[in-house]
Amino acid sequence: MAKLMTMQDAIARFVRDGDLVVMEGFTHLIPFAAGHEIIRQRKRDLTLARLTPDLIYDQLIFAGCVRKLIFSWAGNPGVGPLHAFRRAVEQGKPRPLDIEEYTHFGMVLRFMAGASNLPFLPTRNYPGTDLTAANPLFRKVRSPYGEEDLWCVPALNPDVTIVHAQRADADGNTQVWGLYGVQKEAAFASRRVIVSVEEVVDPSVIRSDPNRTLIPGIIVSAVVHEPFGAHPSFVQGAYDRDNDFYVKWDAVSRDEASFQTYLDEWVHGLPDRAAYVRKMGARTGELLADRQMCAPVNYGF
Amino acid sequence: MADYTTSELMVSRAASELKNGDVVFVGIGVPSLAVNLAYRMHAPGICMIYESGAVGCVPRRLPISIGDPCLVTGSLAVVPMLDVFNLYLQRGLIDVGFLGGAQVDRFGNINSTVIGDYRKPKVRLPGSGGACEIAALAKRVVITIANSKRTLPERVDFVTSPGYLRGGREREGLGLEGGPELVITDMGVYRFDGTTREMVLVSVHPGFTRAKIKENTGWDVKVADDLTETPPPTPEEIRIIREELDPQGIFLRSKAS
Repeated sequence: MAKLMTMQDAIARFVRDGDLVVMEGFTHLIPFAAGHEIIRQRKRDLTLARLTPDLIYDQLIFAGCVRKLIFSWAGNPGVGPLHAFRRAVEQGKPRPLDIEEYTHFGMVLRFMAGASNLPFLPTRNYPGTDLTAANPLFRKVRSPYGEEDLWCVPALNPDVTIVHAQRADADGNTQVWGLYGVQKEAAFASRRVIVSVEEVVDPSVIRSDPNRTLIPGIIVSAVVHEPFGAHPSFVQGAYDRDNDFYVKWDAVSRDEASFQTYLDEWVHGLPDRAAYVRKMGARTGELLADRQMCAPVNYGF
Repeated sequence: MADYTTSELMVSRAASELKNGDVVFVGIGVPSLAVNLAYRMHAPGICMIYESGAVGCVPRRLPISIGDPCLVTGSLAVVPMLDVFNLYLQRGLIDVGFLGGAQVDRFGNINSTVIGDYRKPKVRLPGSGGACEIAALAKRVVITIANSKRTLPERVDFVTSPGYLRGGREREGLGLEGGPELVITDMGVYRFDGTTREMVLVSVHPGFTRAKIKENTGWDVKVADDLTETPPPTPEEIRIIREELDPQGIFLRSKAS
C-alpha cells in the first residue's frame, strides 16, 4: 500500500478522536505542519504526550483538541510560559486539562519501555522529589539483584507518533541528523507512525548512508512531503529556528483574542503547509541554513 | 561606580567555580554564559553537554535554547536523549550541573513546578524538564537565583529537584550522592554547611551588606565567620561577555543593576 500521501490524508486516516498522540522533536524538527492539520480537522479529546509541549501543543490546547497532557517541561524556551497551557491548568479554559507530569528522563524512559515492549523501566532518579507523590504512576521496586530500591516509570505506547525529518524514501525509511531527541523511541513505541519530511528521496540515497536511518520504514504508516514543515522550529542543514517567532508568540498567545486571530489567519485560513510557506514570503529565505558538509565515509568492504 | 552589572558578576562567579576538564551540563542564560566564559578563560578543556543531546559543544553564537542548532555544528557527538540521561548523567559522567528555579530553600531544594498547591496551583510553572535528574545525579550542582523572601523561602512549596531535603544526612540516606554546592544570587554567594547541610552566606557582592541580604532571605540565614566580598569580574571577563558571548545583550543587558 502506498504510504506517500498528503498531510490532510495522513491525519484523516491515522489520527482519531480520543487517540493518544505524540508529536516529538526536542526543539529540533517539531512537526508543526501536522499539528496545524490536526487543528484544522478539529480532532477532539486527544491525549497529547511530549517532553516539551512547546508552541505546537499550546495551539492544540487553545483550539480545544486536548483532554489530557503528559509532559515534563511546559514553557516557551528562553521566553516565558505557555499561556494556553497555563490558562487551562489554572482556570480550566477553554476546557479543563488533565495533566500527568514526569521529568525529561522519565519521559524518555517511558518511550523506551514502550518501544522495548516492557511494562516499565527503573532509574536511580527521583528520591526526595515531590513529583512521585504528585503522580501515582511513579512506583518503587526492590532490585531483584540487591538491596536497592529504584523508582520506575510505566511504558508509554501512543496510538500515533508523528515526527518530522530531513529525508525519507517513499517507504518511510527516515534519516535524521542534528539533535535526535526521543523520536526513535517514540516511533518504536507507537502503534502508527506518520513521518513528514523536507525531502522524499530515492531508496538509493538512503542505502548510500544506512547509519543515518533513525526510523525504519517497517514501522511507518504514512510519509508526507512537507517542506518547511517544522517552522517555527528548525531543521539542521535546512533552516534555522525562527527565534523571533518564539519571542513574539509570548504577546500573541497572552491575549486570547490575538491567539484566535493567529489560528484563524495561519491555520484555519490556509488549506495546507504549502500555502503557509507562500504566506511566509521572504522570511523563509532569511532562515535558510549555511552549508557545512561532513567528511564523506567509506561504506565499502 | 564599577562598570559591570550584577548579572555579569554572577556569570563571572559561576565561571570561576568550573575546573578545567569538568564535564558540565549546561542550561540557558547565566549558566550558558558562565560555562562559555570559563571555556575562554581558564578552562579550555571543559566539555559542554546539553540535555538536547549535543556533547562537546563549541557554539559560534549564543544559544537561545538548549536545542539551538549552533550546539550541533562542530560538536564532538550528538546522541539521543536516552543516552544523555542514561549513559552520561546516570552513569555518573557529569561533574557539574547548573540549575535555577522559582524557589530555592534553606537546604538547596529547588521548586520549578508550582506556587501553591499542586492540584490547585496559584502559579503553574514549567516543571522539571531535566532539572530533577541533574539535581539527583550530577556530582556538583551550582544554583543561580534572585535573592528575595519570595524566591528564597525557608521551605519550597514543591520539591521538584532534591537538594539536601530536610538537611543532615537525609539525602545520603536515600542513596543520592553529590548535591548542591553553591548558590549564586544577585546579592551574594552561599555554600552548604558540611553537617547541617543548610545554606551559609559566604560572600557578599560589592554594594550589598549582610543586613540587606538577611532582609531579603526567607529565614534567619547563617553567615560564615570568614565572610568575604565577592570579587568583581575582571575587565577581560567583561569584554568577553559583552563582545563575544552576548553582544546583543539578550540575556544580560536588561538586568543591569
